[in-house]
Amino acid sequence: MATSPHERFISWLAERFPVVALQRFASEKKVPRYEGSIWYYFGGVSLFLFIIQVCSGILLMMYYQPGVQTAFESVRFIVVHVRFGWLVRSIHTWSANLMIFSVFVHMFSVYFTKAFRRPRELTWFTGLALLGLCMAFGFSGYLLPWNMLAFFATKVGTAIVSVAPVVGRPIMEILRGGKDVGAATLVRFFGLHVAILPATFTAVLSVHLLMVQIQGMHEPHGWGDLPESKKRYMPFFPNFVLRDVLLWLIVLNVIAVLAVLFPWELGHKADPSASAPLGIKPEWYFLFGYQALKYFPGKILGMDGDAVGVVTFGIGGLLWVLVPFWDARLAGGARNRVVNYVGLLVVIGIMALTVIGLR
Amino acid sequence: MMDEPMRNPTRRNFLNYLLGVSAVGWVGSVLYPVFEYFKIPPQKDDQPESVVAASFKDLKPNQGVIFKFGSSPGLLIMGQDGQLRAFSAVCTHLECTVKYRPDLQKIHCACHNGMYDLNGSNISGPPPRPLPQYRVVQRGDDVVVFRA
Repeated sequence: MATSPHERFISWLAERFPVVALQRFASEKKVPRYEGSIWYYFGGVSLFLFIIQVCSGILLMMYYQPGVQTAFESVRFIVVHVRFGWLVRSIHTWSANLMIFSVFVHMFSVYFTKAFRRPRELTWFTGLALLGLCMAFGFSGYLLPWNMLAFFATKVGTAIVSVAPVVGRPIMEILRGGKDVGAATLVRFFGLHVAILPATFTAVLSVHLLMVQIQGMHEPHGWGDLPESKKRYMPFFPNFVLRDVLLWLIVLNVIAVLAVLFPWELGHKADPSASAPLGIKPEWYFLFGYQALKYFPGKILGMDGDAVGVVTFGIGGLLWVLVPFWDARLAGGARNRVVNYVGLLVVIGIMALTVIGLR
Repeated sequence: MMDEPMRNPTRRNFLNYLLGVSAVGWVGSVLYPVFEYFKIPPQKDDQPESVVAASFKDLKPNQGVIFKFGSSPGLLIMGQDGQLRAFSAVCTHLECTVKYRPDLQKIHCACHNGMYDLNGSNISGPPPRPLPQYRVVQRGDDVVVFRA
């Protein structure tokens, strides 16, 4: 017989919601403890950064006004006149960049620990979809302050899409809402950034998290052969969750410090009739692709060099997505080293191209 | 031996207290900027002291025109006698915009059937207060309205 108010509340809730089953599920879930356990935290950090993005984004929407006459002015108003507006904007931008970084780290850690293997292919696919959506968030959000850099980055970014054979040009015009970057593009990107992408992201994220819960944490290579007594685990609740929360707190504080010490600049208002400013380059997470395209000559076997580059990237990306399938077909079993070498090559390639692009 | 069970709960309570206080402090430091962020900063030119409300030659006796006074609407009336009067056009009941009714020679709010006379006094319906009145000055052809 429940007596205390807390017990009465739990029993009231239990009649309407499977509290006990959830409690049992949380208490049975466990996280492997080994030298690679740190990588388990990056999924949670990415999720936390997404939550920060939603909260700070909602705050920005309270003042932001899309439109070529109002976008830049409203962001300037936020930064200059609204109390703590500069902080909210800087947190949104810093957290966006850290989120993409964290998702990249999460992806590579899953790749190198081979956590994408059967039966976790769907978690891998949805995770990559989330990374793609993150980059789409970054690309669409970058235009919204309607400054010079954003304007030209969007021009170049959408023009790259147009070189893809057959579908490129129609996709570019759909993105731009016309033949050129202008008022229609800004409103489209706003709709994309605050409605279409968040809705899609939330749906895919739900599937991703559901898969993680259904399948449990991936155990490192070789654990299958270990006797139970040699395997070390940490209970998911409360041990792992508390560590997660502590890390989230640290991440939030790091963002606050970055936002205060290095607030994001607004730049100059976009002027479609002006020349592109010197030293223009995309955000760092697009830099490796941008830099790689520069190495393709204008014509390759009579075909447009950029088009060949975009198609090559497309094929590379597809192979990356399909790694659970080609990994399984390669010889070498669980210790398959080809996957490691390919991954290492990709990491070194991305880092090198990014560094060269930054200079 | 007797001290152990006593001391541990005390230390735990103290740590819990510290944790609670820092949690409250942390939540406060997040909520305070958010709360401040929602306050609308004062904007310049929101409340100009005067405005050209209409051109004199466009006005006829027994006519009212709505004009923009900063961010809110005003009502300029030329009475049957040719006298010019100006009021805030924001109904004192629930902020609908009022209009001049030449058929009644009164100021009327359509939202809840509020009625004001030509001095801006609330005479029937729900409006609780008179409409704020403005000062009207004719400068050449311009009818200029000042905040009283």
